[in-house]
This record gives sequence, C-alpha cells and structure tokens, in this order.
Amino acid sequence: MRGLVALLGREKVLGAREDLLLYEYDGAVDTATPDAVVLPESTADVAALARFCHEHRVPIVPRGAGTGLSGGAIPVEGGVVVSFARMARILEIDVPNLRAVVQPGLINLHLSTAVAPHGLYFVPDPSSQKACTLGGNVAENSGGPHTLAYGVTTNHVTGIEIVLSDGTVLRLGGKAVEDEGYDLVGAFVGSEGTLGLVTEITVKLTPLPEDKRTVMAAFPTMDEASETVSAIIAAGIVPSAIEMMDQLATQAVEASVHAGYPLDAGGILLLEVDGPRDGLDDARARIEKICRDHLASEVRVASGALERERLWAGRKGAFAAMGRLSPDYYVQDGVIPRTRLPDILRLVKDAGVRHRLRVANVFHAGDGNLHPLILFDSRLGPDELERAKAAGLEILTACVEAGGSITGEHGVGMEKNCYMPLQFQPSDLAAMRRLKDAFDPDGLMNPGKIFPTPSRCREFAFASTAR
Amino acid sequence: MTATPPLPYPNADAPSQDLIAACVHCGFCLPTCPTYAVLGVEMDSPRGRIRLMKTVWEHRLGADAPGLEDHISKCLDCRACETACPSGVEYGKLVEGARSQIVVARPRSPIERLIRAAAFEWLLPHRRALGTFATLSIAAKRLGMGSLLRATRLGVARRMADLLDLLPAHSTATRSATISARGTRRARVAMLEGCVMGSVFGETNAATARVLARNGVEVIATVDQTCCGALHAHAGERELARDLARRNIAAFEQVTADAVIVNAAGCGAAMKEYGWLLKDDPAWSARASAFAAKVKDATEFLGDLGMSERPGTLHARVTWDDPCHLLHGQKIRDQPRALLSAIPGLEVVPLAEADWCCGSAGTYNVTQPDLARSILERKVANIVRTGADTVVTANPGCLMQIQSGLRQAGHKVRVVHLMDLLDEAYRTG
Repeated sequence: MRGLVALLGREKVLGAREDLLLYEYDGAVDTATPDAVVLPESTADVAALARFCHEHRVPIVPRGAGTGLSGGAIPVEGGVVVSFARMARILEIDVPNLRAVVQPGLINLHLSTAVAPHGLYFVPDPSSQKACTLGGNVAENSGGPHTLAYGVTTNHVTGIEIVLSDGTVLRLGGKAVEDEGYDLVGAFVGSEGTLGLVTEITVKLTPLPEDKRTVMAAFPTMDEASETVSAIIAAGIVPSAIEMMDQLATQAVEASVHAGYPLDAGGILLLEVDGPRDGLDDARARIEKICRDHLASEVRVASGALERERLWAGRKGAFAAMGRLSPDYYVQDGVIPRTRLPDILRLVKDAGVRHRLRVANVFHAGDGNLHPLILFDSRLGPDELERAKAAGLEILTACVEAGGSITGEHGVGMEKNCYMPLQFQPSDLAAMRRLKDAFDPDGLMNPGKIFPTPSRCREFAFASTAR
Repeated sequence: MTATPPLPYPNADAPSQDLIAACVHCGFCLPTCPTYAVLGVEMDSPRGRIRLMKTVWEHRLGADAPGLEDHISKCLDCRACETACPSGVEYGKLVEGARSQIVVARPRSPIERLIRAAAFEWLLPHRRALGTFATLSIAAKRLGMGSLLRATRLGVARRMADLLDLLPAHSTATRSATISARGTRRARVAMLEGCVMGSVFGETNAATARVLARNGVEVIATVDQTCCGALHAHAGERELARDLARRNIAAFEQVTADAVIVNAAGCGAAMKEYGWLLKDDPAWSARASAFAAKVKDATEFLGDLGMSERPGTLHARVTWDDPCHLLHGQKIRDQPRALLSAIPGLEVVPLAEADWCCGSAGTYNVTQPDLARSILERKVANIVRTGADTVVTANPGCLMQIQSGLRQAGHKVRVVHLMDLLDEAYRTG
C-alpha cells in the first residue's frame, strides 16, 4: 500500500476499509474485496503499476464502470483493482477515416454522442451503454441488441495499446485494418483482462443509418413469439435487432419507463430494421404480416424518434429494472440455435419451477442469445443464491447440449469459469492457457477468470476432467 | 429469550432496508452523478453510497465511520440518480436517512453544534431573524466585506466571503396577502412564503401571486406558516424538520384551498414528502399525506391548469436550467418549458446538461466549497456556450449559485426565476 502511494501519489490510491468495500462488487452476484484500488490517469501510471505488481507478485484486476455481469472486475484472488474512471477521454475523432481513438474509461454512449454531429456512431450498444465503458466492452467483447446485423465489439476495434504484466507497453493494430501476421487485437478483445491492461482503443465509426423502423409485437405466449423470429429470418429479412421479453420482464419494464408494452402479453418482440429509406417500409410491412400470421395480438410501429426511444429505453433498462421485482438476480447468457428457442425456453421455465425461483426473460432472440434472469432474495439466506446457480447451471448445460455456448456477450469471468469444460475439451482449454501464458507467464492478470480453478471448481465433476 | 444483535443504526430514521433492496447495483446512476464525474470513485457515486448504507446494516461498518460521513456528506442530494434508475430506487429518502444517523452516531464539535443551532433553530424557522440577518449580510457585502474577509487569508473567513458572494445585491421581504383572481375564478390556492424566498426573494413571491391571479387563481393568505424544513432534512435534522412540518400542516389546514403553491423547488420536493417524514407519527401521518398531496410547484400548477391570459412580448435569448428538486425530486420537466415557450418574443435555446446540479444543493456550497465550485464551473461553461443572455430557473439556491458563478467568471448573464419573468411579460402585455 505504502509502496503504491510512493509510486503514484496519494490521489491515485485507495486503501481505506470503506473504500475497498465498495470495489468488491459489479453488476453481478459475486464479490471479493481488493487489497488496494488504483486510479491511473495515464498509460505511464498503468505501466508503473504493472511493474510494481510484477515485482511484488500482486494480481491486477481491471475495472471500468463495474456494470459487468460475470464478475470480471471482482478481485477473486485479492490484489489491486485498477479503475479506469479517470482515463475517460476521447483522444481523436478521425472523421474521413471513420475512426476514433479513446481511453478505456470512456462511457460507450458518450462516444456515440460525441460523433453524432458528424453523422456517425459506434455500433456495439450493450444495454448498459449509458454507463459501461469501452475498456469493459473490449474486455468482454460486448454485444448488444444490434449485433444481429452489425457484429460485436471485436468487429469494431482496429487497434489497441496494452500494458503487459511486466509493464511493457505494446501497440497492436492501428487505424488500418491489418491482415498480416497473427490477429493479436482479436486475441485481446474478449480476453477479460487476463492478458494485459488495455490503455487506448482505436475503434471503427459507422455512418448513422438513413432511417429506422421499430416494431413492437405482442403474442399470447413465448412460443408464437419464438416461431415468429425464425419465420422472419427464414423470409430473408435481416432486421438490425430482434429482442424478446416475457411477461414478468415486461412488468418490471413498464413500471420503469411506461413504454407501452402490453402487460397481458405472454411474449413481446421488439424488432428494428434500418438502412437506406427505400425498402424500409416494405420490410416493416412484411414483418408486421409475419407477426400477425403468428397470432400477434398487437403490432405497433413506433410513430417517431420519441416512441422508438421509449421502446428501447424499456428494453435496455430491463435488467436494471429487476429491482422492482426482486432484490437480487442471477442472469445467464447462454446461446442456442435460434430454432431451439421454444423448447429451451420451456426448459428455462421448468428449471425455475424446480428450484422454486421466478425467472424473467429479456434477450437477443435474433442471435439466440438467452438472458434468463433468475430472481432471488439474498436476505433470505445463502441457499437462495445456491438454488439460483443450480438453476443457471441446468440452463447452460441445456444450451451446450443444444449446440450452443455458455456465454454470448457477458463473458466467462469468475461466474462461469467452472462451466468451461461443459463446452471445451481439455485440449482446447490447454491451447487457451498457452496463449495466456505467452502474455502473462506469471498469472497476475485478472487471475481466477475464464479458466477453471481447482479451489473454486472442485464441486463440479465435469470441471475436474479439464485438468 | 434469544438476544437480538443491537441495531447498527442509532434510530428508526435509518436508511430503509427495503428501499436499499431495490438497488441491483447495475451502475446506471454513475454517469449522472455530479460528484462521481468530478471524483471518479465508487464511494462518491449513488451506487457506492447505497452500498455504504448496506454495509452498516450488515455490521461491516459502523454508523460512526468517518468514511461514511465523508461520502454521504459529499452527496449533493440532487437525486439525478433517481431519474436514471430503472428500478426506482428512492435515493433521496436513503441519503437523508443516512445523514440523520450520522448526526446522532458521531458527536459534533462545539463549533459545529453552535453553527447548526444558529442556522437550523434560530435563523431558518424565524422569519424576522432571518430577514435581519439577510439585510445585514447584504449590507456587509455592499460595503466590501468580501474582499476584507478574503484579505485575512483565513479558511473560515474565505468561506464567509464565498457565502456573501452568493447573496443578491438587494433583498425584498413580503408577507403573504390575499389576492383575488382576475376574471372568472378558476382555482383557489394558498402559498408557501418560505424562509429564504420570504426574506430575500420576497419580490418573487409577489410576482408568483400576481401571475397566478392573472390566470384566474385566487391566492389566499396563510398565517402561522414557517420554513418547510427541507434544509433540516437534508442535513439530517429530522426532528427539527418534523416540527416544522407539523407547524406547516396545521397552518395550511386553517384555509380551504385547491392546492398549496410553492415556488422554491427544494421546498416543494420536501413538502411533497411530509408523508414519509411523519410516517412513524400516528397522530400526524395521515394529515401529512393529505397535505403533501396538495402541494404543487407554481410551474406545475400553472402549467397543468393552462394559461388563460397570454403574456406580453419580451425580447431575450433565454435558456432553462432544471432545478434538481423540480426535475429529479418532483419529476416536473414539461410544464416550466411550456410556460417559458408561451412568452412571445423569447428565443429559447436548449442548455446542455440542464438536468445537472449547479452545486448549490441546499447548504452544499457551505459544507463542500471545493466540490461545489467544480460543479458550478461546469454549469457556468454550459450556460456561456448557449449564448443566452438570460438563464431561467425556479429555486432560490440555484438562482444565487448560478448568479454568483456567472459574476465571478465575468459574464453579464441575467438569472431570473420563471415566475418573475412571467410577471414581467404580463406587465409589458
């Protein structure tokens, strides 16, 4: 602690008990208290910190806004949490080349707001985009509703500056899209802070679509809503987003934003098409017809920007509105082939019933990326979280068996690292481990994440086969 | 009988565990928090402060922990986080609850006790004392006391000089009087005079009554009313706040009115929460809730009622700054904007971050002068960027704070209460 203060100055280091207690959580359910928190203001600060931690063999855990949903920012093995809250500047906006260079603490939406006057935006739009940081997006390879048509964070990052665990500063990629050599930028995006600390990011900017059409459709049950999703894709329409919400989720959302989602619907779809104005109304009309053919009780087209914003505010605030239903929630992020939506959703429901917990669903239906929100109340005892995790594991197992994966965009973190062997062979994990060792041979960068750890994964029989 | 562990908080005003449970720590509030914007640490964010309150309930931190007091005190209580919160966390009630416990848990120094007694018990509740104090202070300011105090280079003196800076160049005091409606009577209301409004911005009270009367609203006098107690509640002095609330409820029960009009956003927000303030007092809780339901901000009331008479033309480039306790505390956004747009001739330009606090926040610029200054500078920069010659708002603290910020930065921009501007428009028309 004293060494850190001497190195970086009092203003950049936190060590009081009440301070450390507030860096033990993020947006998810796991907690662990750090030994110190550092607030760097430059790449040089980060490099100095890395050298210090390397010398003293102290783990480093990066943190953006602490909105993550897999425990990525939790110092599960102690050490120093590095908060990027004070490295939040836009360094350059290069309009002709459609690039921006930013610091990792910049809030996702602030980038799009800053480039909007140039008719541009940053595409990946996680639901927490008002609060989450681009550094966090890079770490988790975040998605969002509009990934269906435009891809996830990795498709929009062309360069990064990183600090390795020994303090080495590296610049990978740049403004140009490089093809030669290994795609190291690609390796870093989604590495959850386990390879190094990202201190600067070069991102692609995209021209704002000429226009959009946003449709809200309400169905009697989730089955009709699910079938509609497949029918729309089968018809050759590529919406920029297809989001689904069940009745319980709708209740929380309506109480929060009054977006006008019908409360009696069993399932709701939020669909958007965007691009050149020509053809949008045709696509919208075809979507409307498919919805009605699948027994939609209501199909509403947003009449303007205001109504569109309200509909999206409802969807994007859905997780954050769960406090209206329950003090705690445990969210899963499994991905399945789209056609399996109806039966996996039924399985999700059954898992909730079996474990005596309510489950709300709000998710990226177009991608088959589920988000079952398992509601529990930690005040009633530790058994609540245990049952929620048991239900979550059943759901993830089903996702993998259906040919999907355990995470679509939230990351593995410390929440699902024990479940990695569900999806990967020991040899797969060993290959990933070798990549990690190449960058972080001492295992100081965000330890206890992604890979199963003997201490925490003992109880999972399938996890032991991975080692 | 099994022994129950002692409660971690001193008394029943503690931040409610049920309200805390609504927070799912998603972090949506962080980018809307002015102190988080300046300091960038979790402890000075709404989510962090709620977590601090929770750690006390969990017996992991004492209610007398210095860190708890530090971070809870740095909160502006602007409640921007409430507007941002999808789960509807009632943060204002939580932070006031926490403050009430800190005041009890950690003994105050004799000097702080004296200052608190002077402000909360002697001045604010007593109109004549406050009026005299204001007149003397303004006289001191005009005599150049500010530079004199600054010349001493003492911390305390500098703070007093900053305070003097906030004061307007002159004050007016008025007492409430009955004013009959012009034309057909559309409503009958009582009005809160307010402590600061009544003794420094008396002219604004008179203007509010005239504007209401112009629009067919009869304003009736209410005797025995007092300070609303908002500043007391913000500072954790809940017993004093309850006393004042009871006095006001009793006073306004004496008159028959459709609404109780308040033209200070901070007071209105506090009075709308009298039901919560007195929820544990069986003799008063129902009366308090009934009273609270009648409280309306002047802009809210007139905006909802609709103007029956068109104001006259004014020529100015104006911008609207939302008082936090109007927008975030009372969720009033559209009505003041509509009223402003109803004045012919005005060019109304949008203010970036109009929904951000100016740093006034009750007594904040006294208790946290450095943070208040950073937050004020951000507001002033946004105002200057609009090119407006007039800033319109609706709360005495904001009026004084913004005026002082603009003056110190050397900008000749007028700062005016919306009711004063409307009154001016009616007089020209």
